[in-house]
Amino acid sequence: MNFIDNFKEGLKRGITIALGYIPTAITFGLIASSQAVPAQISILMSALVYAGASQFVALNLIKLDTGIISIILTTFIVNLRHFLMTAALGQRIKDKVDHKWMPLLAFGITDESFSLISLTDNDSLSFGFILGINLIGYLAWVIGTIFGVYLGNVLPEIIQVSMKIALYAMFIGLLVPSMKRSKPVLFVAVLALLISALLNWGPAFLTSLAQGWKIIIITIISSTAGACYFRNEEV
Amino acid sequence: MNKLILLIIGMTLVTYLPRMLPMLLFSQLDLPPFLVKFFKFIPYTALTALIFPAVLNATPDHWSGIFGALLAALFALRENSLFTVVFSSIAAVLCWQLFFI
Repeated sequence: MNFIDNFKEGLKRGITIALGYIPTAITFGLIASSQAVPAQISILMSALVYAGASQFVALNLIKLDTGIISIILTTFIVNLRHFLMTAALGQRIKDKVDHKWMPLLAFGITDESFSLISLTDNDSLSFGFILGINLIGYLAWVIGTIFGVYLGNVLPEIIQVSMKIALYAMFIGLLVPSMKRSKPVLFVAVLALLISALLNWGPAFLTSLAQGWKIIIITIISSTAGACYFRNEEV
Repeated sequence: MNKLILLIIGMTLVTYLPRMLPMLLFSQLDLPPFLVKFFKFIPYTALTALIFPAVLNATPDHWSGIFGALLAALFALRENSLFTVVFSSIAAVLCWQLFFI
């Protein structure tokens, strides 16, 4: 397939991400303007930072009048998980995508695009496909922010609330079939689930960790266990 | 205003660099088999960490979100397309909100 076909495939595949980003981005725009953050600043933040969780955290901290250095540090911790995700993705696509495109593609990597790309079969992976997925998510995020900032809540409340489930449904739709097909995947996912429960409902010194660290700890421990335990098995 | 622009520049750097540097580096490395396997598991373990327990708070009333997630899992088990999974889950939450709240 040529670039245009791959790109269109990626756009199509990324629609689920866009569906989930629009209500979240509208909420971001809304909250930002309710806190008297200038419209251009909110839009610029979505266009350049392009990181949902970090942007909401930043709004909270701006409201509390936190210094910019500590907001930036907090953002860094929230984003630590991307070290692992993009390292894994780099390995995955190293023979599929020319090197020179990595800095461009990396800009569009989020939890959602990472998940979608990683769980796409090898034959479909290409520069155009990944660019398509990244672009539709990015546009949804920026346009959703613009709507939220200037128009307020354009979606009825009940639709807005219902669409909040979209990204989780997508995650579940990606993970569950792999758990069904592969025993090692089932094993690491259940292990990750148990560790996650422990970090969120276990002893206080664990539950008090920042969410950014929790995701890293869960991911590293369960992936390491999987790599040890299934040394000789295909994943 | 200027302070906010500085904030955006800083946040952009600490968001972009952790995405870009590992991707650039690890797309050039040939890793030993153990690490290859470790990285193969990352998408699945990261997905689990992203879903749980955050999904319990996906909707303001909790139960509609849990219902939507269970339905998504059911359709995913039946290997329906991603679109079916996502749309049925949104519809489930919508119906729950209409009828129970």
